[in-house]
Amino acid sequence: MSFEPRIIGFLCNWCSYTGADLAGTARLKYPPNVLGIRVMCSGRVDPGFILEAFRAGADGVLVCGCHPGDCHYVEGNYKCLRRIPLTKTLLQGFGVDSRRLRLEWVSASEGALFKDVITSFTEQIRELGPLKLKEWNFDPAMPDVVYAGTKLEAAHA
Amino acid sequence: MPKPKLAIYWAASCGGCDIAILDIEDKILDVVDFFDLAFWPCAADFKYKDVEALPDGGITLTLFNGAIRSSENYHLAKLLRQKSVVLCAFGSCAGEGCIPGLANLYTREGIFDYAYLKSPSTVNPEGIIPGISTKVPEGELTLPLLWNTVRSLPQVVDVDYIIPGCPPQSDQIAAVVGAVIDILKNGKPLPPKGTVLGATDKTCCDECPRDRNVKKIAKFIRPFEIVPDPKLCLMEQGIICCGPATRSGCGAKCVSAGVPCRGCYGKPINIKDQGAKMVSAIASVFDTTDPGEVERIIATIPDPVGTFYRFSLPDSVLRRVQV
Repeated sequence: MSFEPRIIGFLCNWCSYTGADLAGTARLKYPPNVLGIRVMCSGRVDPGFILEAFRAGADGVLVCGCHPGDCHYVEGNYKCLRRIPLTKTLLQGFGVDSRRLRLEWVSASEGALFKDVITSFTEQIRELGPLKLKEWNFDPAMPDVVYAGTKLEAAHA
Repeated sequence: MPKPKLAIYWAASCGGCDIAILDIEDKILDVVDFFDLAFWPCAADFKYKDVEALPDGGITLTLFNGAIRSSENYHLAKLLRQKSVVLCAFGSCAGEGCIPGLANLYTREGIFDYAYLKSPSTVNPEGIIPGISTKVPEGELTLPLLWNTVRSLPQVVDVDYIIPGCPPQSDQIAAVVGAVIDILKNGKPLPPKGTVLGATDKTCCDECPRDRNVKKIAKFIRPFEIVPDPKLCLMEQGIICCGPATRSGCGAKCVSAGVPCRGCYGKPINIKDQGAKMVSAIASVFDTTDPGEVERIIATIPDPVGTFYRFSLPDSVLRRVQV
């Protein structure tokens, strides 16, 4: 059974969520892998939401907002524009492929663009594979992993 | 009426928390006057079997400092949890992993490889790496197993209270200990389980004496590159300061002395991930709306993960590097 990506999408209320809605009313077909979460502005998207989404089981996170210059709250999307690249750097530092986080500007009339973004991002995540966080849970029965076949396993045998 | 027992233990720790406890100066006399010291390996000759011999709940209060990164640390965490009425995660190592937690940027094998084989000053031609047991004529000798992932105390046992700080500031320790003695002496109720003691509910920025204005940062610099203006916010001057994402309670002593906050009091109240909040705080004030310039400004931040999670890596949302 092939892997179905689970993607969380943070969509700003005024442009992107409306654009997504337009894709729906226009009956455009796209993969069902994105769970859309409406936020009032892409500037509301805290990097903590993105990390929490990965922790909760998302394989990819999509953030969509109004085009720069068109933010309903004037500057919110600029804050998003600054935060997402640094969040990608942070993800890369954690060994999580930063291509799992995507920022796109989708306006209220761009239903077709929304369909294209979802389709391409789902395919990208399908290629990257599932994200399984290593050693996140502490299991008291097996509190640790000794790497098989390594010098350490020999030393600890 | 026997005196209540007090235990102070150090797991993966530097010893700074034990020194900070002594740093409450003459108040330590109130402590030894009220409590009967049951176990404090740093300061006196106690053995693990002394703890094992106590009944469950025989220790009234345990201040447990140090992160959990070995089977020995875990054994004592479980043992002291069993024997204590109140178990406090004392200090940043126990509370959130602190500096030992930065081992979560690597793997145990990588660390052993570097320390015992590859570091420039290592001479180890036979390639000997520590194991966990060896047979000698007298029998078997064992060493604790070092874990691949460093954990905080609340991640491995049930903890009653957390006292943050690296180390917790002595005035805060004195206040907490004084409150505990007051509660035990006068039969007052304990605070709700899970309360953070010895810290307040704002961020370090709130305690900082410097002037703060609307920030626009064009690039970040290392602290040695300028002589900072003593009255102005350090971040405004381009120095990365973790004050916006660090719990208050320390009195902002570092920033008052001209040193940027490193985040040792851990994540603020109601926050899950300190580093993510630092990303939000730092990135929001980049002085640009151009994506290319954003990348250039990011390039002036050396080691974002290590800087933003210096103290809180094991307690972060992702907990460790995914290797």
